[in-house]
Amino acid sequence: MSKQKVVVVGNGMVGHKFIDNLINHDQADQYEVITFSEEPRLAYDRVQLSAYFSGSTADDLMLTSGQYYEENGVKYVLNEKVVGIDKAENKVITASGREEAYDKLVLATGSFPFVPPIPGKDQPHCLVYRTIEDLEAITASASESKVGVVVGGGLLGLEAANALKNLGLEVHVVEFAPRLMAVQLDEGGGQLLRQKIESLGVHVQTEKNTKEIVAGEALRYSMNFADGTHLETDMILFSAGIRPQDELARQFDLDIGERGGITVNNFCQTSTNNIYAIGECALWNNRIYGLVAPGYTMAKVAVSHITGGDESFTGADMSTKLKLLGVDVASVGDAQGRTPGCLSYVYQDGVAQVYKRIVVSEDKTRLLGAVLVGDVDAYGTLQQMCVNGMDLPENPEALILPALDGAASAGMGVDALPEAAVICSCNDVSKGQICCAVQEGATTIGAIKSATKAGTSCGGCVALATQVMNSELEKLGVEVNTDLCEHFAFTRQELYHLVRVERIQSFDELLAKHGKGLGCDICKPTAASILASCWNDYVLKDEHAPLQDTNDYFMANMQKNGTYSIVPRVAGGEITPDKLIAIGQVAKTYNLYTKITGGQRIDLFGAQQHELPLIWKELIDAGFETGHAYGKSVRTVKSCVGSTWCRYGMLDSVGMAIRIEDRYKGLRAPHKLKFAVSGCTRECAEAQSKDIGVIATENGWSLYVCGNGGMKPRHADLFATGLNDEMLIKYIDRLLMFYVRTADRLQRTSVWMDNLEGGLDYLKSVVIDDKLHIAEELEQEMQHVVGTYQCEWKTTIEDPEKLKRFRTFINSDEKDTTIKFVEERAQIRPATDEDMVKFVDATEPAIA
Amino acid sequence: MSDSNKNWVPVCDAAELQPLLGVRALLENEQVAIFRVQDQLYALNAIDPFSNAAVLSRGIVGSLKDQIVVASPLYKQHFNLATGVCLEDDTVSVKTYAVREEGGKIQLATN
Repeated sequence: MSKQKVVVVGNGMVGHKFIDNLINHDQADQYEVITFSEEPRLAYDRVQLSAYFSGSTADDLMLTSGQYYEENGVKYVLNEKVVGIDKAENKVITASGREEAYDKLVLATGSFPFVPPIPGKDQPHCLVYRTIEDLEAITASASESKVGVVVGGGLLGLEAANALKNLGLEVHVVEFAPRLMAVQLDEGGGQLLRQKIESLGVHVQTEKNTKEIVAGEALRYSMNFADGTHLETDMILFSAGIRPQDELARQFDLDIGERGGITVNNFCQTSTNNIYAIGECALWNNRIYGLVAPGYTMAKVAVSHITGGDESFTGADMSTKLKLLGVDVASVGDAQGRTPGCLSYVYQDGVAQVYKRIVVSEDKTRLLGAVLVGDVDAYGTLQQMCVNGMDLPENPEALILPALDGAASAGMGVDALPEAAVICSCNDVSKGQICCAVQEGATTIGAIKSATKAGTSCGGCVALATQVMNSELEKLGVEVNTDLCEHFAFTRQELYHLVRVERIQSFDELLAKHGKGLGCDICKPTAASILASCWNDYVLKDEHAPLQDTNDYFMANMQKNGTYSIVPRVAGGEITPDKLIAIGQVAKTYNLYTKITGGQRIDLFGAQQHELPLIWKELIDAGFETGHAYGKSVRTVKSCVGSTWCRYGMLDSVGMAIRIEDRYKGLRAPHKLKFAVSGCTRECAEAQSKDIGVIATENGWSLYVCGNGGMKPRHADLFATGLNDEMLIKYIDRLLMFYVRTADRLQRTSVWMDNLEGGLDYLKSVVIDDKLHIAEELEQEMQHVVGTYQCEWKTTIEDPEKLKRFRTFINSDEKDTTIKFVEERAQIRPATDEDMVKFVDATEPAIA
Repeated sequence: MSDSNKNWVPVCDAAELQPLLGVRALLENEQVAIFRVQDQLYALNAIDPFSNAAVLSRGIVGSLKDQIVVASPLYKQHFNLATGVCLEDDTVSVKTYAVREEGGKIQLATN
């Protein structure tokens, strides 16, 4: 049987989702797919478009790649607009005259931004916000503008306003309706949102009808409003809604709705049976869905229908939860209360600037909708209650009243949700799928994420997904044993709290009060790390010494043959010629293998136990200090040369790297920590693969957090932008101390954040918004560590008693004869069993 | 063989052996790791059989499943200090030595 040919017009998020679903279908081999994109690239994440302004590149936003398509046999043509459909011959015609026959045609042409017909709208610096090319134009325009106006105070408009603000412009939002986000919010919510946004320095004008755009006096343009007032600006961004891109369908006689949109049935078929329309160009039941999740559902339905399945589209939930200009906003179901007979409960807190409203059915048994501004914690519960038609509790107001005196929140609990309830709408993951993953062994939210993809897109559902997981674990009777080891029935986090709260100063005290047995190589180093994080004592103090792993005990990294490597601190990777010579001299004297590390430092290998103090004496005399390469602690801050030398550098990346490294050196943490500072978005220091990454922009520092290289690489997440030096340090202080306080043993920052309920947003709320009111405390704790720093090696070589510990044998000055080196590429390396050929006597220095 | 029939060699002052901190001694041509745990002395060959590196004196000492153990600092296997048997793989063990404190000295037996 020959393959059926499917032509997909448009390769946006929904078009790509369709293709992705089809090529992953059981019957994928029966289809041949070709897609045409008018844009110069394949599908990218338009929802995250504004991330482009904070350092993400077009590549970061890509949802797929040419390679992926090629591997799966999908043909694609970029920069090619389909201009004709021949329904009789079943073929499409492109602008360049190419003809492509189809068995099934899928229109995923999306939408275009609506620009009101205002005279003067077509001048330069009057732009829209939709594609990456639009963003490039906006950035270019912003660079020669001081003031920007966004026309439209809806979702996209506010996002555009945020983008302009990040570009450093004075921003005005002009809205035709009496309030912001008129579609999603009611009047109370809209008003509070306006107050919050205005307090951030964005000017808002509502009920403004722009009559014309003419040349301005002080600035480039003047916008003249129907009420006789005017506003001067340098650039204008239109964000007044979207219109379905239905031109092709319209021209070739598919049914179109009265106000636009390609009419489709429950299977996403248009008026012509073998032509489908999905996403924002499709009109279902007289509605256009301008969100990506319903578009994804349509893509799934269309694939199902084409492959002979029976899924159907039955409408979609338009609930949304967003952070607009830093303000939390959510809207669920019938937020405006338009259902006849409906009733409302409103909670308003003028002090905390919180507004919540729920709309319930006349008989008070069903939740119809909700509006949340300023505090959106209840979103997950409310959205699920609404979508699944669950019974309301007896006192519905409890759903939005704050929990006082530690009372449990009035949420319904996830047990009440049906199996089919969609928990993650971005990735279409149901409660049942999460429960299944738990039954198959996923017991952390990180594992749930990798098993189901839930929570991996916008992250808004992580809290709810965690509740589902925990409830399922409980049902399975799985007692997740979080004991650190057989000696302590506590997690690292709990031990940390015990140490802090009871001011415990030693392992013996901790063991006597809270543990049993003698301890082991798990709990001892953990306790040592906690004690060091809290009190920052000298690690080789008699009571702490037996707790240390050999690396910490000898303050060097043990290598495979029992010798050690040494890494002096080279803060920010900046080193003087004299210091380079000193390191070279030491390496030569002790015949050490030298290598530049991945973190821009110099590693000296092959030192024996008894040589460590001798080597360090020389290094300290040359001005070095320990680099903590051995500790679960801050290792290195990589940097590029930044504005000092580089023609592209925006800020002094070396200076900042040194400042950060000097501040956090010696901090003991649950896992080793790596930082980097890049002087511009070219990112030569690769800061986005670090626990803490800092990238200079023309508006200040961007802070990226919780990335890692290593075994399972993970890009860091953008945490904050436009920071000055002081704010940057404050945020890093808080974040690191919060990590030290709450992470598990040997838990990297990336895994730690994935497992935090609420993820990145929660972390931001703690670090930036100080939701827990601990910011000051965290800063003080960090200040204590910074203030009590000592070079452990310096302290050690000054103490003759401590130096005795480095002797190889307690009863002899003989050398360890098990250590053998051979030469390779003009340096030593440990001898393997195979090459017992030419030994370099490890005891003889290479030069006298 | 009773203690008195052994050939005891003094290794160091008793005060030099701190609780829970191993030391390494050279006994004829063998490297021996010596530990003091809860006033008990232990001695075993210092060479870790999994890496052939002489590192066992540098491991963390503790208890696991009611046995007194040292964890090899290289690949983290645990060895019973009294018997030398590896907890993770009981077909592997390291040689143990007789050790005692006598007249303020730590002594090892050569046979």
